[in-house]
Amino acid sequence: MAVLFSRPQSLTDTPFRYCPGCHHGLAHRLVAEALDELNLREKAVGIASVGCSVYTNEFFNCDTQQAAHGRAPAVATAVKRARPECFVFTYQGDGDLASIGMAETIHAAARGENISIIFINNACYGMTGGQMAPTTLPEQKTTTSPLGREAAREGNPVDMMKLLDALEGPAYLSRVVLTSPGKQAAAKKSILRAFRAQMKGLGFSLVEILSACPSNWRMTPVEALHYVDEVMAKYYPPGEVRVAKEVLEG
Amino acid sequence: MVEIDTERCKGCGLCVEACPRKILALSTEFNKAGHHPAVLLDPDRCIYCLACARLCPDLAITISKEAETV
Amino acid sequence: MKDQVELVSGNRAVASGALDAGCRMYFGYPITPQTEIAEYMSAVLPEMNGVFLQAESELAAINMVYGAAGAGRRVMTTSSSPGISLMMEGLSYLATAELPCVIVNVMRGGPGLGNIAPAQGDYFQAVKGGGHGDYRTPVLAPWSVQEIYDLTRTAFDLADRWRNPVFILFDGLLGTMMEPLRTREPIPERAAPSWATTGIFAHGANDRAPRSIYTLHMPEGALTEVNRRLQAKYREIAREEVRYDEHFTGDAEILVVAYGSVARSALQAVRVARQQGRKVGLFRPVSLWPFPEEALHALSEKVRKILVAEMSSGQMLEDVRLAAAPSCKIDFLGAMGGELIYPGTILSRLQEE
Repeated sequence: MAVLFSRPQSLTDTPFRYCPGCHHGLAHRLVAEALDELNLREKAVGIASVGCSVYTNEFFNCDTQQAAHGRAPAVATAVKRARPECFVFTYQGDGDLASIGMAETIHAAARGENISIIFINNACYGMTGGQMAPTTLPEQKTTTSPLGREAAREGNPVDMMKLLDALEGPAYLSRVVLTSPGKQAAAKKSILRAFRAQMKGLGFSLVEILSACPSNWRMTPVEALHYVDEVMAKYYPPGEVRVAKEVLEG
Repeated sequence: MVEIDTERCKGCGLCVEACPRKILALSTEFNKAGHHPAVLLDPDRCIYCLACARLCPDLAITISKEAETV
Repeated sequence: MKDQVELVSGNRAVASGALDAGCRMYFGYPITPQTEIAEYMSAVLPEMNGVFLQAESELAAINMVYGAAGAGRRVMTTSSSPGISLMMEGLSYLATAELPCVIVNVMRGGPGLGNIAPAQGDYFQAVKGGGHGDYRTPVLAPWSVQEIYDLTRTAFDLADRWRNPVFILFDGLLGTMMEPLRTREPIPERAAPSWATTGIFAHGANDRAPRSIYTLHMPEGALTEVNRRLQAKYREIAREEVRYDEHFTGDAEILVVAYGSVARSALQAVRVARQQGRKVGLFRPVSLWPFPEEALHALSEKVRKILVAEMSSGQMLEDVRLAAAPSCKIDFLGAMGGELIYPGTILSRLQEE
């Protein structure tokens, strides 16, 4: 028998704690497959963040540290500088990365720290029950924007790709979705490029994954899957935003 | 062969949505966690496209095939 | 190597002590009156194959300390009062994850932005734990440039021995004043400890299990267990790491209790009072946590009165009250907002008796 599809080595056997239909599991698998393909598991130190991704350390089968809310890029900066031979990645949600940890994100990117960030954007605070995030879409209803997000009242969303693209430090920036096998293939390519950027010492790399949160969006998993494509991806267009030419070489 | 780990399955239905042959469905039975796990209705019609496994957020699906037919 | 004597500031002594203890990683953010530590580290660490990084904030700096300590390196940060407040969240995580590191607070006047003059208003924050949860950090309080160097070296060893953050607490007066410093033989950085997240492949152990450094303990009873283990460790530290210093206490009837720069004024006052025939002595806590309560209690049973001199509204005073025998009278001489306590002021109080 030839195994065509099975669990990557870089994941532990622990069942995910996420809600039914949550895209965290899809993202975990793609990150783990990328670690497997590039033989990075034994060199890797993964940095978990606060939010639903707080359990990342239980799921990735490599050394891990759990950072305080928003501080994963600072922790990763130090781990990479402490152990330059290690492969260092963070796994952060949008509340963590784009709100409380904005300073750490922007400065790690500006410095061009040689780390890789997996950024899960589900347009809300998942763990605490679906509050408004910096990335919450215009008109989107959350438990703290019950009337729908309105610029005059709740302020405008933050587009991390546009922000990060203003800096010199990043070597690779890409936004992806995981809603079909084809789009997952593109996402995987982005994650591999981000990881190679670090392996080549090119500096900061980040992949933003538009991700469904069916429980807090009050949708079925299938409705949430389509919402990512039909609504979220319209506002936050997927695609590579920054590709240093050395990323593609060799 | 499509193996579904019915205890890992949370019954989200993304595999059912992804299957181009529409040969997956959610069971009327419950698993231990209280979800209706996915079941493969007609294995003979499977084309081994892996779409169901790729869309499964819980990695509950493993797919293998007789070596000579790969 | 021959002993070297240099004329340096307390801030420089911190840097020299850390480097001689094998510390090669420093993260910090500028704040008066301790910025010269960062400036010095930024000049020398790159030449030593070390890491100096000016963080975007004290928040980032303390979390960088977390990352580096978790990766098994000797690491430190330094700051002053308002900056230390920002680090308190990180302190709680460091203590819970049991990560060894050294944090230096060169205190300035508070509360708020305060001023940049010497003060001792951060005693509660350092000694009682300024972050959330039930944690403790050893706090060392040097009173001279030499002792700043010596205790900085000691702090790294304590941090490793107990797998715990260690605080060094002194004020801006000690940080900026210059005294002769005799340095000792430097040691190389120690190897990564057996729990550090160095990557599975490190040190030839290609098949070891993954290691994780974390502070979330959700399963029922797990956090209680963590707390019990931590408290058992803290009790052991409290037994084994008490440090203090005594002067003229043998026949003293009045005991001055002071730490850091104020203890210098106190010793001068005690010396003059002794020349005048007064039976006075000085008790100087060197470890503020664990507080030398047994030694102080024993003395308090012999003296008539204790005078606590402190550049705050009376923070260490509370620990002295807890430690002293109920029969002992306790007097207080405080100063706030950058006011200094001079030998003459203490002497006048001693002469009132």
